[in-house]
Amino acid sequence: MASFFDIRARQAAAAAKTTSSKDTSPAQDNRLQPWVEKYRPKSLDDVTAQDHTVTVLRRTLQSANLPHMLFYGPPGTGKTSTVLALAKQLYGPELMKTRVLELNASDERGISIVREKVKDFARMQLSNPPSGPAGEEYKKKYPCPPYKIIVLDEADSMTQDAQSALRRTMETYSKITRFCLVCNYVTRIIDPLASRCSKFRFKSLDEGNAAKRIEDIAKLEGVKLEDGVVDTLLRCSEGDLRKAITFLQSAARLVGAMQSGTAENKKRKRKTVADDDDDAMDIDSASASADSKSVTVSAIEEIAGVIPDNTIDRLLTAITPKSKSAAPYGPIAQAVEDLVAEGWSASQIVNQLYDKIVILNEVVGDAAKNRIVLCFSETDKRLVDGSDEHLTILDLCLQIAGILSHDR
Amino acid sequence: MALLVDKHRPRTLETLTYHPELSERLQALANSGDFPHLLIYGPSGAGKKTRITATLRALYGPGVEKIKIDSRVFQTTSNRKLEFNIVSSNYHLEITPSDVGNYDRVVVQDLLKEVAQTQQVDLSAKQRFKVVVINEADHLTRDAQAALRRTMEKYSPNLRLILLANSTSNIIAPIRSRCLLVRVAAPTEDEIADVLARVGKDERYLSCEPLERRIARDSKRNLRRALLMFEAVHAQNEHVSEKTPIPPPDWEALIEVIAKDIIEERSPARILQVRAKLYDLLTHCIPATTILKTLTFKLMPKLDDSLKADVVKWSAFYEHRIRTGSKVIFHLEAFVAKFMRIYEGHLLGMDIDFDD
Repeated sequence: MASFFDIRARQAAAAAKTTSSKDTSPAQDNRLQPWVEKYRPKSLDDVTAQDHTVTVLRRTLQSANLPHMLFYGPPGTGKTSTVLALAKQLYGPELMKTRVLELNASDERGISIVREKVKDFARMQLSNPPSGPAGEEYKKKYPCPPYKIIVLDEADSMTQDAQSALRRTMETYSKITRFCLVCNYVTRIIDPLASRCSKFRFKSLDEGNAAKRIEDIAKLEGVKLEDGVVDTLLRCSEGDLRKAITFLQSAARLVGAMQSGTAENKKRKRKTVADDDDDAMDIDSASASADSKSVTVSAIEEIAGVIPDNTIDRLLTAITPKSKSAAPYGPIAQAVEDLVAEGWSASQIVNQLYDKIVILNEVVGDAAKNRIVLCFSETDKRLVDGSDEHLTILDLCLQIAGILSHDR
Repeated sequence: MALLVDKHRPRTLETLTYHPELSERLQALANSGDFPHLLIYGPSGAGKKTRITATLRALYGPGVEKIKIDSRVFQTTSNRKLEFNIVSSNYHLEITPSDVGNYDRVVVQDLLKEVAQTQQVDLSAKQRFKVVVINEADHLTRDAQAALRRTMEKYSPNLRLILLANSTSNIIAPIRSRCLLVRVAAPTEDEIADVLARVGKDERYLSCEPLERRIARDSKRNLRRALLMFEAVHAQNEHVSEKTPIPPPDWEALIEVIAKDIIEERSPARILQVRAKLYDLLTHCIPATTILKTLTFKLMPKLDDSLKADVVKWSAFYEHRIRTGSKVIFHLEAFVAKFMRIYEGHLLGMDIDFDD
């Protein structure tokens, strides 16, 4: 029984087992898997950058007791990954199926489901680890604590009623069941539920950790990255690691930087890369020399839907007044029409325009910025309400042009 | 007889005429065997659907063009029955969830799960996964989009989604981060003119380049519209020349009349006349947003530069009201009244617009 508490030894054994099983799985399947799934942390130790949470959870792993938990934080910070890793470490592959119930927003989660499915699972008897000598072995690797876990992913999209139906269930069956709620906005979880859980806040990933993770994955997949690609990835993904990894995978697919491409594919893809760079002026030379097989900054930007700088600059020049009077209507209308016809999304235009005019621009006076920000707020609201993009963006640009000309 | 638009629609990726780099990418994706979820966005008439169909063909071969339409009945939680049309082939399904309005979540959940949980049985199929094409993805409700999130991850071995949208603004971030974003820009005027020339040659029309250029310009970079106009011109005239007038759609002509009306005279009596015309447009199923937008852009050339910003401001304002309000005619009329006031104030040289 001494080894029961020897968590390290057990982890080592488990790790040895998972690596060996991974080798045998067919390579074909692995390649089709999204990298987000493929590189999900396998154990708590692999979880990046959430030191505080991981320390607390590891302690609960040791004591084999767990409170109800509420994980919250921005998307792509590892909430779901942490729960799954924890469950895996607690139960191992065999018991996972019978001891863990995962429900998310794609499952029906109205009040009736909470009453039936969740309650049924909560009141079910605990399944036993396999018996015999194999079971002994199994128990050495995994603690298999005497409770089940119900993971309610994306819990903030549950209705109020469904949440209140959980209240009593959580208490009644707390002997054999633990709940883990995962959500983005803790404010959408009703108070009675939140007060029954111990809360863990997942903070946005800091650049260093995210960059390290991305570089690791790129190395494992054999994808070559150009200088600055990691920075661009982080900038485009705004702290969302899942987004960054998805972008990386898509870019790798597009440029055919993966090792698996056949000779014929490679030839075609090389041409693609050359074509890619039409719209990015400053990266042209760099990518041409890199001989096709690495992921370029422009590829990432194209995938992320970022508008190239020269396109935005053209709009900016149209907006900026040349003389005392306001910028003329004609060029602005033309620039906006082109942007819309190119298919750039309005929210992206608004974001990048905001960066250029309000944050990075030192020439514009504070009073003018003040009024410009009001325009941005109004525009954003209208876009969310589903207004016509062309008209809304045109309005925004004309108003900014007006304000800028007064500022002179 | 099929319309030119359908008759000359390219069927394979190789025959697509513009955006060669995009076609190459799609081809590479289709060949790699590792096909991601796609989110295709771009203005209408840019060729999104054509590219999808061609990509599907590259994925599965010509079998994908044998399509059938069946209608399914879904039951909502409140026991309402929903009729829903599905276009499908052996390899793919095509749905327009916005058909069922607020109940799209039910359809998305039930249908996708059902598709995702069954594997491809046809052993001769080239790919192991099925593709579900979702039209008008930007009209999906938040609920439906949330329901898609996990489905996309969980069932990725059996299921790939292709979402079609006009803009990514209304698509929630979690979906965007799970898809490969593909932007289809509208063709340039030159590219449209090229297409028109080619189609004209195939149809043995007399070629007339200046006319094709004019159509390209008038179509506002919408290829579908350009082809329809092209066909209309040739259907109405035996011999086309440089000066052959391009018949504008009659609703556009009517809006032009409205624009002229409200600049000519600004009085309550005129508003009453204009209202009759607006109602005429609305009863012919022209969306209010289109009316307002077209009217604004028709007014622009007739205005002094100093007024334009103001007019656009109010146009955008009332367009937003149309979206959030309930009865569109109020807002259209309000815009007309507002415009009259701005214009009158400009002519009198003083600001008679008191309420801002």
